[in-house]
Amino acid sequence: MSDHAAAAQAHHDVNYVRIWQILLALLVVSVLGPMIGIKIVTLITAFGVAVVKAYLVAKNFMHLNVQPRFVVYMLGTTLVFVLLFFAGAAPDVMKPAGDNWHKPYVEPSASSTHH
Amino acid sequence: MRPIATTRSAAGLSTGLLGVWWVLASEVVIFGGLLGSYIMYRLAHDAWAVQAANTNMWIGAFNTFVLLTSSLTAVLAHQAAERGDGKLAARRLYYTCIGAATFIAVKAFEWTTEISHGMTITSNTFWSFYYTAAGLHALHVIAGAILMLYVAADAAKGRELHRVELIGIYWHFVDIVWIFLFPLLYIAK
Repeated sequence: MSDHAAAAQAHHDVNYVRIWQILLALLVVSVLGPMIGIKIVTLITAFGVAVVKAYLVAKNFMHLNVQPRFVVYMLGTTLVFVLLFFAGAAPDVMKPAGDNWHKPYVEPSASSTHH
Repeated sequence: MRPIATTRSAAGLSTGLLGVWWVLASEVVIFGGLLGSYIMYRLAHDAWAVQAANTNMWIGAFNTFVLLTSSLTAVLAHQAAERGDGKLAARRLYYTCIGAATFIAVKAFEWTTEISHGMTITSNTFWSFYYTAAGLHALHVIAGAILMLYVAADAAKGRELHRVELIGIYWHFVDIVWIFLFPLLYIAK
């Protein structure tokens, strides 16, 4: 069987409704998890589950796993650029104190939505 | 005879599919930069949690359900197109469009409520991010739905069935963006 035929067969073997049911179950987990009120549980159930959901959609619905390898590398490269941007900008954005810059930004008021 | 190349032998992909992946690669940078910026500010400013508490998690969860379901109908449309059943593919794409319309209608209701309570794009930086990120995503939903109607009309006549896969891949990407927007804007409070 050629690579293309194998990839096409892989499409047909996926039970899309089953994947959708798993995604809905994960949605329920991501909604209920944060209600427990424990920060680490919130991080795992909200953001960890989001990563799992995105993986399931990319693999099973977008069929990323049967695309040519360079497609994955192309998307991965753009993600690396996003991480580079984050690493470059985060120290400035997330560090409010310092001697060599002036930051006029004021945090939103906790009691009002308007400044 | 087709006027342009429809396959890229070097890439091993059709021209359309290659184009869609390139578009999505650029979209990763656009949404990645936006969400990355949001995360930076959110982590640096605890007061944003108070602002985020004003968003309605149940509305966000419902819209997540709508988009996940529309992704299912989009991939089932692709499956039908692969079997050469254009009419079924078109019908499933129309279902996906109904999902898109539902998503936008819910968002319109949600935004109307928030704006009427004084939470506008100029209220503060949190709401600027909120409306920019969710608004840019909503524009992608609207654009995807319009393209999908066009593709479905052709598919119903048995024409250009390969485009069903192309619009489907775009639609799943829009779904993935929302999968990350949902916890960032509605759950992290």
